[in-house]
Formats: sequence, structure tokens, C-alpha cells
Amino acid sequence: MTPEIINLSRDPAHVRHGSNIGQPLTRRDGILKVKGEARYAADNHPPGLLYAVLAVSSIARGRVTFLDVPAAKRHPGVVEVMTPANRPPLAEDPDAKTNPFMFRLDLLQNDKVRYANQSIAVVIAETLEAATEGAALLAPQYDVLPPRIGLDSNESFVPPVVGIGNPSEIRRGDVEADLAAASKRIEATYDTPAQYHNAMEPHAIVAAWDGDRLSVDTPSQGLAMAQGRIAGLFGISPANIHIRSPFLGGGFGSKGFISGPQLLGILAARLVGRPVKLVLRREQMYGPVGHRAPTRQTMRIGVDGDGVLTAIDHHAKTVSSTFDDFFEPAADASHTLYASPAIATSHEAVRVDTGTPLFMRAPGEATGSIVLESAIDEMAFACGMDPLAFRLKNYADVEPISGKPFSSKALRQCYAQGAERFGWAKRPLAPRAMRDEAGLLVGWGMGTATFPALMFQAEARAVVRSDGSGVMETGAHDMGQGAWTAFAQIAADGLGLDLEQVEFKSGTSDLPDAGIAGGSAHTATAGSAIHNAGAAVIAKLADLAMGDKRSPLFGAGNAGVIARGGRLHRRDDETRSESYADILGRAGLSAIEARGNSAADPAAQSNYAMHAHGAVFAEVKVDPDLGQIRVTRMVGAFAAGRVINPRMVQSQLFGGMIWGVSFALHEQAVMDCRSGRILNANLGEYHIPVNADVPSLDVLTVDEHDPHVNALGIKGVGEIGITGSAGAVANAVWHATGVRVRRFPIGIDDLVMGLTA
Amino acid sequence: MKTFDYIRPATVSDAIAAAAEPGAVYLAAGTNLLDLMKGGVTRPDRLVDVTRLSGLDRIERLPDGGVRIGAMVRNADLAHDMDFARAYPAVAEALLSGASAQLRNAATVGGNLLQRTRCGYFYDTASACNKREPGAGCAARDGENKLHAVLGWSEACIATHPSDFCVPLTALDAVVEIEGRSGRREVALEAFHRLPGDTPERESVLAPGDLIVALRLPSEARGFSAHARYLKVRERTSYAFAVVSAAACVRIEHGTIREARLALGGVAAKPWRARAAEEVLAGVRPDPAIYRKAARAALADAKPSGDNAFKIELAERIIVRALMLAAAGTPQRIPALPASPFSSVPGVLHDA
Ligand SMILES: Cc1cc2nc3c(=O)[nH]c(=O)nc-3n(C[C@H](O)[C@H](O)[C@H](O)COP(=O)(O)OP(=O)(O)OC[C@H]3O[C@@H](n4cnc5c(N)ncnc54)[C@H](O)[C@@H]3O)c2cc1C
Ligand code: SF4
Repeated sequence: MTPEIINLSRDPAHVRHGSNIGQPLTRRDGILKVKGEARYAADNHPPGLLYAVLAVSSIARGRVTFLDVPAAKRHPGVVEVMTPANRPPLAEDPDAKTNPFMFRLDLLQNDKVRYANQSIAVVIAETLEAATEGAALLAPQYDVLPPRIGLDSNESFVPPVVGIGNPSEIRRGDVEADLAAASKRIEATYDTPAQYHNAMEPHAIVAAWDGDRLSVDTPSQGLAMAQGRIAGLFGISPANIHIRSPFLGGGFGSKGFISGPQLLGILAARLVGRPVKLVLRREQMYGPVGHRAPTRQTMRIGVDGDGVLTAIDHHAKTVSSTFDDFFEPAADASHTLYASPAIATSHEAVRVDTGTPLFMRAPGEATGSIVLESAIDEMAFACGMDPLAFRLKNYADVEPISGKPFSSKALRQCYAQGAERFGWAKRPLAPRAMRDEAGLLVGWGMGTATFPALMFQAEARAVVRSDGSGVMETGAHDMGQGAWTAFAQIAADGLGLDLEQVEFKSGTSDLPDAGIAGGSAHTATAGSAIHNAGAAVIAKLADLAMGDKRSPLFGAGNAGVIARGGRLHRRDDETRSESYADILGRAGLSAIEARGNSAADPAAQSNYAMHAHGAVFAEVKVDPDLGQIRVTRMVGAFAAGRVINPRMVQSQLFGGMIWGVSFALHEQAVMDCRSGRILNANLGEYHIPVNADVPSLDVLTVDEHDPHVNALGIKGVGEIGITGSAGAVANAVWHATGVRVRRFPIGIDDLVMGLTA
Repeated sequence: MKTFDYIRPATVSDAIAAAAEPGAVYLAAGTNLLDLMKGGVTRPDRLVDVTRLSGLDRIERLPDGGVRIGAMVRNADLAHDMDFARAYPAVAEALLSGASAQLRNAATVGGNLLQRTRCGYFYDTASACNKREPGAGCAARDGENKLHAVLGWSEACIATHPSDFCVPLTALDAVVEIEGRSGRREVALEAFHRLPGDTPERESVLAPGDLIVALRLPSEARGFSAHARYLKVRERTSYAFAVVSAAACVRIEHGTIREARLALGGVAAKPWRARAAEEVLAGVRPDPAIYRKAARAALADAKPSGDNAFKIELAERIIVRALMLAAAGTPQRIPALPASPFSSVPGVLHDA
């Protein structure tokens, strides 16, 4: 296949020369997207393409006993049906797990069914329509076993670890003793539902084999990991696998690991010896691509007579699948936010017959945050205190669970600026005390946001060419968050060039590994690698110049040079400078290159707690008789280290806050417990908030200089917006109505019976 | 996808002949039918596209003062027809509270009447459903049934009819004009949809080949234009099907309700006319206490079909509110958030 030419704009609106970091550049891929010219995976149609459609299980547990393969094959246009009987061999068992980041896959390895919507066959045809009908004609029959669905459906156990290798239980101080001695205690249990990934772009793949070489178009949040996984499964060298993922139509964690259906597309192409496209139907996303596990969380908190927290006990029960391990680390949300001498967090889990729950934007943080923030709100009220005053009283100056100082923490400023913008000071303490002109109940609630500032590993390659232009390469991932733009800004500054002088190459697996776009750490991680690659190539240029008597920079030595506008300047005398082109020209070089890496700094990690923070304030209106809820206003103030592009940061935070509304009021999978099937697996009935549901959002970013997190001081904003927001909305509903709903999402049925007009 | 014949007849009689064959169905805008086909819920052999039949897309004022709406008139076109919206404001408001702008631009009057239930088990072909497969059983009866019926349901089926449009139409005595193999006939909308009984698969009085050609509102229905509202409670301010809705229309003379019309949506397999409540309201002075009495009368026979007792309480409250809104008078313009409890909030009233 010919490499794709991506016409990103070189001069987005609001270009500023000089320092690019910090400028609100518009998305360089924006115009392409608006015009429909950004080519997503499913937009590729190599010659000879066939269409593959999954046949999925309608039972949640049991065995496939019959598939009418002849009927499917007889259907005009059907080329082949892939079942366990003829699926090409794999070099690695899809059920093998050699590291915790390897998740078990359903690749037609046998006739077992372990969740509804599991792939049981793939029909490959000349047209999508023929493949779709072929899949329907398979008319599977099953041996059905009763599925175990829900938090009470199986024996519970303590998982060895939760999230990504976190201990399942952590205790500091003596929670039981402090609870017993507390002057006030609350204990409350909250339920959060299963939520499913619904990125605009469903998982899609176009795969083409050429002998042992594989070409793949598929959305990925982790190109190098996907490449490695494919290499292992097919027993080929990663170098033989070329993945293109220039644009993702949203990822949110569901595209972090290559999923079973994507790999089945590759297997189908192998089987038929032609390129194959496979795109999940919307309802097929509800199973094989990960989801947010349901939880039931119990909070016990105690305070002394002054409203100072003395004990926090956060226990979360969750689920994993019967065949793999991922445990939503919900209780860990209580580790970092509120000072308390005694903190205990613990988890238990049951195994259910669903797909394996996996990462979904703020996994653990979101589920834990809505519960912690609700409980804190309940305790503030029990103490007769304003919720903000209560939070300030229990402000953590060091990380409560570890005792470590924070690398930076501007949460006080977030509280102050957010409260000011929102008008929080006018909030009455009592619930159900505000009405609008039309008689609707009005409530104000708040929540604290937090998300760890993580760093993974990445590499970038920088080139300066003799025409004075630069190239920066790293296989980064633009999920819509603006990677094409923000990384180009970092690259331009790193190379000391104006943005239009830099060619930024990204989104393919043949480039240096940019690490995973997850954990809100992509900008920090790949950005640091880009920054370091830029610095390394500039250092090489500087060596050339400073060692050459003919250069005005000769002998700059210890004074050093700075790179700006395509020239190196002596730091101690900026009038002495030379262009990159001249330096390279004299050296007889057509280009000079260098690589840069990034990784977490172990010393900083062990000395400091590193987190982004924020404060979210929400206003809701509730009909006093009918119980319908509407969020009318939200203000979020966030401190997340250095902001590379305020426009992108704002939209990430907006998106997170909207997901917070979704979490509190809308989103849930309605699961039939008898069959294990989801009844609302479509965007008509799987409710998420849209414009009319979120009338006014306001985001403030608070300056924060963090010298410890990474060289650029970036903390990441991808996920923090959900945390705090969901609780703020839930607390506002309580403040409006006086009805405390502890089951999310809060629905009309919850309020109708509680509200008495 | 299953292969099927697609035909686009030129005349109504050709359409009827083509659709009378077993396995044939009419295709209007397809906003419901195509979803059902993609999900394998219905697998017709033949689609008879009626969107190009001439003469079915007009809104006509009748000599007797009534209005006749062609079956192919698009939901949005009807709602935005100024004369229509002024004469039948609750109908326009109901239309604009349904689905999304894009769907309303496509969806037809006939299709809206005949849209299928949103019961999740009906769409889930692996579940038992008497409506989809007579005799199979009803998975909703002991399943997820928070949004199911509280009136007129049977052990065989507890599904609701999801249309908003049909609710005020029923209140206002709309009449459905049907053309079939044996000619033309008329059926009151109130009698058009059937309650499930033992045959939930039979949802309306239509026989094979029967085509809805038009819908009529009688001239008396205009008499309510000054006091007519539709109120829809739903889980999102943006689009969602009604949890419960109500159309309330009253004719007030000298401070007294002369005549009231009331219908509920989302509570039964058909739009539910609340005649007992109308009787309570006739001849009384507008007053919330009377509204509550009327609401209790409307729900007197209601019983939960599952986890949905709250809908009975909610329906009563919606009736009270809808009557209060209707008595207060039809707003000058359809609110920016049609039929929403939030539409009355000053400051968020934008142009629709
Ligand atoms: C996401 C979503 C949200 C929605 N939300 C709402 C909502 O909030 N409120 C609401 O009321 N509706 C809602 N709807 C339903 C929508 O109103 C209907 O889908 C639409 O009105 C159907 O009209 P259509 O022309 O597309 O009918 P089609 O889908 O073409 O047909 C529907 C049925 O009617 C039959 N039919 C059509 N025309 C005739 C005719 N003239 N004579 C005989 N039979 C005919 C067809 O055979 C078919 O069985 C929603 C739909 C979707 C997809
Ligand atoms: S309620 Fe009616 S539509 Fe729903 S499953 Fe039961 S029979 Fe089918």
C-alpha cells in the first residue's frame, strides 16, 4: 500500500513565532476532519478488499454446538467462513498470559463461550451486506449454562492486585480504633453501573498480508504494544508489521490493547489471502473491547469534634471476567485527597460471565471519586459545614497514604478560583433551599478532582536538515485530543524552529516508540522524548559550530548556545549567531540527527507524590414533582502542571466534565441478569449527555510549575476532568432535593418517590 | 443483510397490491424499520417504498374547519407548519419533543403511528418475546421492566407504544384514513392501536396491504388551541423516549373548564385516552385539587407490570402539571425545549 499523505495544516490559526509551547493553536488536523478528508482506519479500501463480519454469541456461558456454515457459504458473495475448525494457526495461545499487560483474547481457539457478544465465527464476503447476511445465516446453537451476572452472582475473593499492579489493600493508621473514637461517623454504600465504550469510531481494521509481511490500518493507543502483540501471536518479526493509525475516532482506553476482533480481521486476511476489512457494529462493542466494571463501594468515615477527618475506610467490590484479571481500583481514590491519620482501602471481586472489564477513561479514579466525593459531602453536612470549608479543613499538605510531599499542588488555588467564578459563597448550607423563578429546585454541589501524573517510556528522533528545516518523528497517537498539534509545538521549540519549519511525523509503527496514549501521560511521556531529541540534535549542531573556528559561535564553550528561529545564538551574547543551514553547509552535512528518550525519574518518583488536581462546581435544576434533572452550569478549575496548548487542554477538561455528568446522571448498561445480554447496546438508548444536557461549562487552568514530574513540567489532563465532576453533580442533586441517591446514574425513578411535593 | 425486493410503486393501488403479499412491508422513512431489519428483528422479503406516492405529502385545511395530513408528511414539516402549530399547539410540541432534529426531518406521519415498541427484549432477538414470536413468552415480565406499561397490559406483553405525536392526537380525536384491498375506511386513532391481550403481535387494526393515507383532526380540536400542552418526562433533556408523558387540552369559558381532553404516553401499548379524568374536569373551575382528583381517576386502573410502580405516581403528577400548564395558556411560541419540564424556565427560553 502506498503511504498515506496527511495534509496537516502547517499554519493553523493563531500561530505565534518564538515559543510555541503554551500557545492555543487550533488543531492542525481540524480542517481535514471537518472536510471529511482525514482517513480513519475504515476509510481504507486497498484493491481486492473483502469484508469480514463477526458472528457473536447470544449466550453468556456455554459452548457453541452448531454453526450452519454451509448455509452461510451458499449465500451469494460469501467467500469464506472462519470458525475454530479452519482458523489459521497462531504461534501463541490467545489464553496465554506472560505479563500482566497481556489480556486474554477470544480468537476462535475453541467452542467455549464466556460472555455475550463473544466472537464465534467470522464471515468473509465480497460485500459488507453479504458478510452480514452470512453471519445471520450461521444460526448458532449452544449448550447453555446459567450465566453469573452482577456483584452478587458468584463467590467473592480478594484480588491479588488491582488496577495496574496496585496492592488490593492498603492500611495506614488504625481505622477501626479511630472510627470507634470518632465524634461523628458515617457509613454508606454506593453502586456504580457497568459502562461500555462508545467511541464514535468503533474498532476497525484493514489488514493485508504480503507473504510474512503484514500491513494494518487500525486505530491504536499503543502502536508498539500492538505491534508486539501481533508479532507474538503470528510468530513474525515486529519489523514485518506496519501499523498505520493517524487518527482515532476516540479511544478512552478501549484501543490501548489490540482487541480480539481486530486480530480476527488479521486472521481473516490470512485465511483468504486477500486484504480484509472488519468493523465492529455498535452493539458488538459491548463485550470484547473492555468496559468499566460495576462497583459497590462502602465508605466509613469519622471526624473529631472540629470536623477534622480521623478515619477513612473505603471498600470496593467489583467484578472481573471468569477468564482474566482486571480489577477496577476504585478504593484507591481515597489515597491522595483528604488528610486523615487513618486510611484503609480494600477491594474484593467476583467473577462474572462478561467480557473482561478494562481501562475506561479514569479507571478506578472515576468510580472511586464519585463515591468519595459523595461521602465527603455527606460528612460535611453532618458536621454542619460548607462542603468547601470542610475540604479545606481536611486539605492534605502531604500525600495522606504515603506521607510524601507533593511535587506541586495548587489545589487551594483551584478551590479559590473555581469557587469565586461559580459564586459558591452564596450557597445555603441546607438542601432544598433554592428555587429559580419557575419554581424548579436548584442545587449546588462540588467535588475535588485528582489524577496521578504518570510517565511511561518513549523515544523520538530529531533531524535538522541543511535547508534549515527540521523533522521530528515519534509514533504517537492522536485520539482527537490534539497530539498532531501539541507534539508539533514541543518539537518546534525543541528544535528552535518555527512551527512551519518542522515536519512532525507520527501515527505509524515504523517510527520510534512513543509509548502508550493512556494514563493521561502521553503528552508528558512522548513530549519529553521529543523535547530531549530536540535538545540532543541541537547539542550536536552546537558541537559542530563551537568547534569550528569559522563559526561566530566558536569557543562559546561553557557559556553555551540557545536555539531559536533556526539559528544558534551565544547565550552570553545573542548578537553572535549562526543559522543551522550555515553550520551544516560548512560541515558538508545534508542533515544531522539525534534521538531522545523519556522515562520516569526514579529519584523524583520515590521522593514525591505526583498528581494533578482540580475543583469542580456544579449547578443542577430538578423539577420538584417530576424528578427530571438538568445540569445548568459547571465550573472546573484545574492545576495540571505546564499547559502545552490551552485550547486542547480546555477541550480535554470539557470532555472529562461532560463524562462526569454522564457518570452521575446518564450512563449505564442495562443488563439482563438471566441472559447476560445488554439491552441498550445502541446510542439511542445508552444515554450520554449531549449539548442540551450540558448547557454551560467553564474551565479555568491554574498555573503550576512542577520541576519534578518531567523536564517539561507536564502532568496531563486526559482523565482528571471526570473525577470531581461526577461527585459535584451528584452532590448538587442532593443539595437541590434533599434526597441522597447512592445508586448511579441518578434517575427519575430514584427521585420521584423521594420527592414529596 | 438478507436480500429483499425493493419496489417503488407509482400509485396507491399498486402499493396496496404489492404490500398485501406475505412478507411485504411498507417502507416510509425507515428510521424505525431499517433499524429493526439491521437487528434481524423483522426480516421482510419485500419493501414497498411509499415515500414517492404522489398526493400523500400535503397538509390540507378542510372545508369543515378540520385538517387532513398526508401520511408522508415529515414530522418536522408538520410541526413547523405555522397554521397547524397555531391550531394544534400540543401536537406540534409533542412532535418536536420526539427523537432528534435529523430523525424528525425524515420520519413520516404514518411511520410515527406505526413505530414499534422500544422494549429491549423485542429488539434482542435471542430473548423470548410474544410480540416478535407469538407464544415464545415475555422476557420483560420478570426482566428489566422499569419503563414498561402500567395500564392495559397483559401477561403476554407489557410493552408500551413510544410515540409522542400520538398522545395529543388521541386526546383530540384524530381519525386515521386507511386504504386497503377493500377500499377506504376510517378509524379513530383511539381505536387504531390494540391492547396486547393474548395477541401482542397484532398491534393495530390494519390488515395486510392496508396503507395509512392520511390523518384527520376534526374542527372541534381547534377549540382547545388556547389551552393545550404536551409534557414529557425523560431521562435526558436532549432526546430520549418518554418515561411518561401527557397531553392536556382544556376549553375554558368564563373561568370554568367546559371540556377537557387528556391522554398519556409511555404507559400502555397505545396512546392512552383518560376519559374518566376528562369527566372529572368537565364543568369545574381550574384548580390543582381537582387536577389531582382527575389524575387519580386516570390512573385508577393502573398497576405495575414490574419494577415500575413509580410510573403510576409520576403519571399522576405529570397530569396535574400538564393541566396546570394548559390552564395557564398555550405559550406564544413553542418553547425551545418542547414539552420539557425545563421549558418554563426564564432565561433558557431561546427560539425553537
Ligand atoms: C434514536 C431514535 C429516537 C427516537 N425518539 C423518539 C421519541 O422520542 N419520540 C417518538 O415519538 N419517536 C421517537 N423515535 C421514533 C420515530 O418517531 C420513528 O422512528 C418514526 O416516526 C418512524 O417513521 P418512519 O417514516 O421512519 O417509519 P418507518 O420506519 O419507515 O416505518 C415504521 C413502520 O410503519 C410502517 N408504515 C410506515 N408508513 C406507513 C403507512 N403510510 N401505512 C402503513 N404502514 C406504514 C412501516 O411498514 C413500519 O412498520 C425515535 C427513533 C429513533 C431511531
Ligand atoms: S413486553 Fe412485549 S415486546 Fe417486550 S418482551 Fe414482552 S412480549 Fe415482547
